[in-house]
Parts: sequence; structure tokens; C-alpha cells
Amino acid sequence: MVGKLLLRGMIAGVVAGLIAFGFARLYGEPAVDRAIAFEEQTSQAKGEAPGEELVSRTTQAGIGLATALVVFCASVGGLFSLVFAFVYGRLGPLRARSTAALLALGAFIAIALVPLMKYPANPPAVGDPETIGARTELFMVMLIISLLALVLAVLTARRYWSQWGGWNASMLAGGLFLAIVGVAHFALPPINEVPENFSADVLWQFRVAVLGIQFLLWSTLGLLFGVLAERSLAERR
Amino acid sequence: MSDITFTDDLRPISVGEILPWAIFGGLLLMLAIYFVGAEEGATSIVSGGYVHEFVHDGRHLLGFPCH
Repeated sequence: MVGKLLLRGMIAGVVAGLIAFGFARLYGEPAVDRAIAFEEQTSQAKGEAPGEELVSRTTQAGIGLATALVVFCASVGGLFSLVFAFVYGRLGPLRARSTAALLALGAFIAIALVPLMKYPANPPAVGDPETIGARTELFMVMLIISLLALVLAVLTARRYWSQWGGWNASMLAGGLFLAIVGVAHFALPPINEVPENFSADVLWQFRVAVLGIQFLLWSTLGLLFGVLAERSLAERR
Repeated sequence: MSDITFTDDLRPISVGEILPWAIFGGLLLMLAIYFVGAEEGATSIVSGGYVHEFVHDGRHLLGFPCH
């Protein structure tokens, strides 16, 4: 049963990855190209020799981008199906499609939206290579806090559901989640490594594309996996 | 509305059934994510820069700290 779900999760992930690739190609690559042009201008102005090109831009923006997105989305789809397998039937009388949709919505908020609002993604030319360790750690801390807050919110909603009613229990759970991630957003140190004269427009385009990719990934996963899972759950003995 | 039948099997899947898949599948999938997201960036197992350069655009657009 779990093996079947895992396979279907990864299939939904591959589809999500292909959709994300189409979107990234159309909306993300122009911003990446403009950021790289800025990077080259700055290093030329400093008199640095252009870095040796190990992989061509065409490969990076084509097969490289497709590979990265499909492998990432298929893996996320697999992990999603494992969490789904655990959550299914344990959240209340929710069917497979609703469970998958709800799980994907929660994951999008807790894994993508909340951490990216604190530590947004950076295009090429933004970010000091010296601080990559610290930046990765801070992002992970924010991600873990946000995930824990989601788990805590779900447990709270479940705990008070029958006692206070679904509406009140959901309000309490949502408030709890917002309070925890709000404190984390306030307390964790800010990171700003955007160069002085970097185009605000490119930065905005890039960051919107990043959020768009995450939105497409999680909505495709949630909607498609729910349909696939409902079929395999129906065949269960 | 009384003719609506609720046919779905809502029994949860037992943890014992999920656990082996979660451990082995989960580990492999996280390794794959690591290679797309962080290898030859924040940390490095394979030396050189080919993995990093190949997935470069995807890494930026997925929001991983690239460099």
C-alpha cells in the first residue's frame, strides 16, 4: 500500500516538475539572465577575468534546469506521499483528495511561503559566498520552526475540534501558527546582501518566479496526488 | 441526499506498515534533494563544480542558497 502511494507521489512530483520547468523557463530565466548580466558587468568593472564556463548557459537554462526541477519535485512528491500515508484517516473524516489538498496547502505555507518571506531566494550576483553556511543554517532554522508550528497547530485543532467546534478550533490553531512564525520572523537576524545598484525590478521578478514555482509544485502535488491516491486506496483490502 | 453512500475506506495505514518505506524511501529522496540543493554549494561530497554548475539555475529558482 505504502509502496503504491510512494510511486504515485513521485509520479505526481514528476508532472509537477515538468509544469514548474515550463513556468521557470518563461518567468524565471529572464530574471536569471539579467542578474548574470549584472554580475558580469560588475566583475568586468573590477577588472576581474570572466570565470571559466564549466557548463554553458543554454545547458543550465535547459536540461540542467529541467533535471534539477524534476528530480527535486519527484523527491518532494515521494516525501509528500509518505506524510500523506501517515496523515490519511488520522485528521478526521477526510477523503483522500481533501486530505492531499489540505496537506499540500499546509506544506506550501509552512515550507515555502513562511521561510521565503523571511529569507527570500536570491538571484545570481546577490549573496556573499563567504556567508553561505550561515545563510543555509538560518533558512533551515526558519523552516524547522515553521514546520513545527504547523504540526503544533494541527494537533491543537484536533484536540479542541469536538469540544469547541471546528471553527473555533481552527481559529485557535491558525492563531497559534501565526504567533509562532511571527515571533521567529521578528527574532531571527535579517540577511540583506543585495548589491547597492542591483535592479529592484529584476529582484522582484526573480522572487515572484520562485514563489510561483513553489505554488505550482504544491498545488499540482496536492490535486493530482489526491486523485491518484484515491484510486489506490479504493483497491485496498 | 440520503442516497449518497460513503464508500471510501478511511482506516488509517498502520505506522508499522509506513515505517520501513519512510526510512529507506525518505533517506534516498532526501539524498536526491541534497544533490539538487546543496552539493558543491554549502557543503561538498564530490569535488569540482560540475554538479553545482549543472543544476545552477534550478538551485537559484528553487530558493536554495547557491553561492
